[in-house]
Amino acid sequence: MNAPRPPAAAAAREELIRLAGVTCGYAGDAVLVDVDLAVHDGEFIGIVGPSGAGKTTALRVLSGSMRVAHGSVRRRADLRMAYVPQVETINWSFPVTVRECVLMARVHGRRLPWASREERARVDGVLAQLDIGELADRHIRELSGGQQQRVFIARALLGEPELLLMDEPTSGVDVRLRHEILHLLDELHARGLAIVLSTHDLNGIAAHLPRVVCLNRRVVGDGVPSEVLTSDVLERTYGASMEVLVHGGMPVVVDSFRRHVPHPHAHPHPHPHEDGDPHAEPHVHAEIQP
Amino acid sequence: MIDELLRPFDFEFFRNGLIVATMAGALCGAIGVYVVLKGMSYIGHGLSHAIFGGFAASSLLGVNYLLGAGLWGVVSALMINAVTRRRIIGSDAAIGVITTASFALGLALFALFGTSGRSFDAALFGSILGVGRDDVVAICVVSVLAALLIFLRYRALLFTTFDPEVADVAGVDTGRMDALLMVVLAGSILATMQVLGVTLIAAALVIPAAVARMLTNSFARMLQLATTIGAVCGFVGMNLSYQLDVQSGPTIVLVAATLFALVFGVTGATGRRRAASIAAPAPTAPAAPLAARAD
Repeated sequence: MNAPRPPAAAAAREELIRLAGVTCGYAGDAVLVDVDLAVHDGEFIGIVGPSGAGKTTALRVLSGSMRVAHGSVRRRADLRMAYVPQVETINWSFPVTVRECVLMARVHGRRLPWASREERARVDGVLAQLDIGELADRHIRELSGGQQQRVFIARALLGEPELLLMDEPTSGVDVRLRHEILHLLDELHARGLAIVLSTHDLNGIAAHLPRVVCLNRRVVGDGVPSEVLTSDVLERTYGASMEVLVHGGMPVVVDSFRRHVPHPHAHPHPHPHEDGDPHAEPHVHAEIQP
Repeated sequence: MIDELLRPFDFEFFRNGLIVATMAGALCGAIGVYVVLKGMSYIGHGLSHAIFGGFAASSLLGVNYLLGAGLWGVVSALMINAVTRRRIIGSDAAIGVITTASFALGLALFALFGTSGRSFDAALFGSILGVGRDDVVAICVVSVLAALLIFLRYRALLFTTFDPEVADVAGVDTGRMDALLMVVLAGSILATMQVLGVTLIAAALVIPAAVARMLTNSFARMLQLATTIGAVCGFVGMNLSYQLDVQSGPTIVLVAATLFALVFGVTGATGRRRAASIAAPAPTAPAAPLAARAD
């Protein structure tokens, strides 16, 4: 069994955020229960788990946009963070061009509505860095899926963050685009950016990320993919049987469908807030005790 | 012909009405962009009705209606904002209860005690005759405040309107932005009520923004266009109101609606696709957690 513990290499780095015994949820229903998680400078972490496991909630707690009922969140005082939401939550019909969208990151810049020459140069620079420089004056809906994802990464990067939080950046994209996004994130990580993302893409994580956190309301496993992505941890995370093969030294997860393994933390239904509908009624969850 | 068109400018009440109508159109056009894009059209409609209650009460008590209805409107706006953000109960239902109850109270007060001062019909449908210097001053003050808010907090308002969750993470006080917008909306409704009437203000908020949306994909251009379209509709509508001897509110709204139909036809499929996007849902924000902050 893999006890929740971060990789040893992380211990030497500066700690950016630490969640200690965090319990929180929506309208009294606990989504995260007693979660311990530390994020260090320069780390690249993938949070995996079934729908309703609390992945988006964990990102919200890390970002500070979600209050916790119990436990503590310790964040470095001057930490610069950026958050990239799920593309499904974006209103693509909103009248905003790529440049206008990216410039939102400079909300604490000068007060005048229009961009300064320096700001325009910075926006152009970030867009060029992400290979979407020629799209600056296009409407966000007129872009391909990969370009749309890059626009929101560009907006995040314009704020020069030390930590990038991304909610399911590879959801709903084809294999080629998934690789494209993960390679891009690899590059950003190589330049020193700490990244925490949530995903359903187990094999993408195994191939690209040095640290994976298996979450199902509680942290079930935390460490390097080769240690964490095991049949035992995945069964306890997903409540379903999964086989893990090794290919080229990397774990490859295969759905086996041999049997259903009931899990004390598994949800029969996804939590509505985790699937982009914060207005829906929650189904079954433990209560947060006052 | 020209003399006939210019004759109303000899009258002070018309000049006042024209200034107020043109500024009201511009003000509602600009605020309407945020109202429409945040999916708050129903709030704008409801708030105008809620303010009618304050109008009736202040008229009955002999209090300056700008103060009485203004206070009433701000309180209603902040209540609606709180209900909408906290999602204590369904926001549509809550807004419906708050605003229609306030409107009903206004109707009941007028029915029981009659009216002194401001005209009942003018409040409902707008009238050029009731426009005085205090209305000109009120619209100027509200317009300046709205322009300052939009100009100085342009980026924060845009971020909050487009992507409130990420704006929150970026350090924008989205709660304060929403509250400021609601207060300016209440002020705009109050200042334009005399010319447009509470039953028609929602159209002045929505139509210029909808027309502008059909013409552009840029937020900045949409804001400029909606402001200009609103002002033109107010100016043209007020002149037509005098010439046709029809109440100012309906005339201004009909001018705007005609422009909408024209642009809808001329822009074709592109305009229709953009107009359809106005009904698109706003970005999802996290449901407000009820737990206490422990970090």
